[in-house]
Amino acid sequence: MAEPIVHLEQVRKHYGEKIITPVLHGIDLEIQPGEFTALMGPSGSGKSTLLNLLGLLDRPSSGLIRIAGTETSGMPDRTRTRFRGETIGFIFQFHYLLPAFTALENVMLPSMAREGRPTDAMQRVASELLHEVGLDDQAHKLVTEMSGGQQQRVAIARALAMQPRLVLADEPSGNLDTKSGRLVFDLMRRINQARGITFLIVTHDERLAHRCDRIVELVDGQIAADGPNVAVAT
Amino acid sequence: MPFEWLVALRFLREGRVQTFFILTGVGVGTTVIIFLSALITGLQQSIIDRTLGTQAQVIIRMPDEVPQVLDTLADARVERPAQRIRSIVGWQQTIEIASRMPGVLAAAPSIAGPGFALRSRGSKAIALRGIDPGDYFRIVDFGRFIESGSFDLTGFNAVIGTDLAADLGIRVGDKIRLQAVGDRATILQVSGIIDAGVRDLNERFVFVSLRMGQTLLGLEGGVSSVELKVADLFEASVIADRLADRTGLRAESWMQLNRQLMTGLRTQGSSSVVIQVFVVLAVALGIASVLAVSVVQKSREIGIMRAVGTRSSQVLRIFLIQGLLVGLVGSVGGIFTGFGLVKFFEALTRNPDGTASLTFALNGALYVRTTVIATLVGIAAAVLPARRASRLDPAEVIRYG
Repeated sequence: MAEPIVHLEQVRKHYGEKIITPVLHGIDLEIQPGEFTALMGPSGSGKSTLLNLLGLLDRPSSGLIRIAGTETSGMPDRTRTRFRGETIGFIFQFHYLLPAFTALENVMLPSMAREGRPTDAMQRVASELLHEVGLDDQAHKLVTEMSGGQQQRVAIARALAMQPRLVLADEPSGNLDTKSGRLVFDLMRRINQARGITFLIVTHDERLAHRCDRIVELVDGQIAADGPNVAVAT
Repeated sequence: MPFEWLVALRFLREGRVQTFFILTGVGVGTTVIIFLSALITGLQQSIIDRTLGTQAQVIIRMPDEVPQVLDTLADARVERPAQRIRSIVGWQQTIEIASRMPGVLAAAPSIAGPGFALRSRGSKAIALRGIDPGDYFRIVDFGRFIESGSFDLTGFNAVIGTDLAADLGIRVGDKIRLQAVGDRATILQVSGIIDAGVRDLNERFVFVSLRMGQTLLGLEGGVSSVELKVADLFEASVIADRLADRTGLRAESWMQLNRQLMTGLRTQGSSSVVIQVFVVLAVALGIASVLAVSVVQKSREIGIMRAVGTRSSQVLRIFLIQGLLVGLVGSVGGIFTGFGLVKFFEALTRNPDGTASLTFALNGALYVRTTVIATLVGIAAAVLPARRASRLDPAEVIRYG
């Protein structure tokens, strides 16, 4: 079996120092390369916290997090930022694009940040990604002039800009109407199948979750259920 | 364009209204600094020009006469003798030494002493000045003050001030009797009348040739002072001290001779600096507060940038660049406005004859200095907001916005 892209061992997270609020209680999780996984659970179950830990936006209180074979817990900030930029892509519920930039520039953002300035090669890659998400005719529009579904597709293109091995999506369709949500989900699925990129998607939508390869359910900071999606498997 | 510059420019463009107000704030501050500096410097320059328009920058004279006290009479009460006009011993050598001293542009002899000008039944106390115009005009150009006639001191000619001429009813070509110390007297013809712009000088000055001055004041072959023009006005005291050391004579600079004026100029300069410091402080606080608000407004965007791989040092630079741009662009705008304001005031306060009544000193150095200060203040004011932005926790701002 290939080395897992995500490997979590007894990961715990709590907030506060005097009054400790535990959020995650010893999570063990492995995700294989190319998996399309849904992470479900009620509000406050620790989904977003787990996603932040996997995205190296936050550090665990204890436990081991290995991403793409690299132990990340002891990484200094600068290395974490670089590793995050190169290995992990993010898609957020509210797309979080930079409103002062065009769709193309938003997609180029991660590579511009890494290289220090825009280049023709970056622009070419970003154009291709926008083409892939069906927005090549909107490349030079400000994102504020686009619909919610279009903005989320730009966010997907941005998440793919650095050719990440893992994409973390926090309720990517949560802020969209049913049709747009389904289109965005289809797009992620297509990219997953075409490029073999691993997706971990937080969602409340059971219909969408049941189109994933695997469903992990988190309840009160613990994994309550984890298994292949029977509907997809069959 | 580097990534940080691109983002900084977009952030500034995105918050157009805020950017406009902060640029206006910096611009107004710069305008005040430019206008105030130009006004105060112009005023000081004008005062110095007027003072030194009729006065040498360094004057060398014989030291005061003091009685020598023998040791055996150490307890005796010693009376200080009244000072008399004395010639500088070896004044030609003094001129040579002074002329060779670095920073000295010209040196010329002159003789000065009291006397009376008499005409029919009128008499006025005067200050007699014996000069050689060819040499002396390199120190102080009295020739430019001529109002009627010419500055001709050859033979038995004299030049007097307008007020003295009016008091004695003298016109160019009239005769005047001059009486100096020791009853030495002569009759001279007034070849020219000057208006030096200083009442005391116009009432009292009578210029004669150096030779005539020597004769009238009883110093045949001698001069009472050697006067100098220096390259840097504010180095005059240093040069005077050096000359005093070298020659053993008394050398005084224009600053020592005009202590009250110097005190006034210094006070004026200090007030101007204090005002400018407060303006700079107000501008800095303005920039800092706008950028601090901007950090709060853009915290989510900063969090996203951090999440997709932007380093905290890059975020820091993005906000420092905004401070720099605001300082630079605002100050350039303020320079233009300040320049316009100066020109407007110059036109507004012009005398009926077209001459300027208010003198402003505008120069390139002032523009460069103001731009550099405003830019540095912009960067300095951005430091705290920039540090705050660079330390934002991406997970927190994404979660809580």
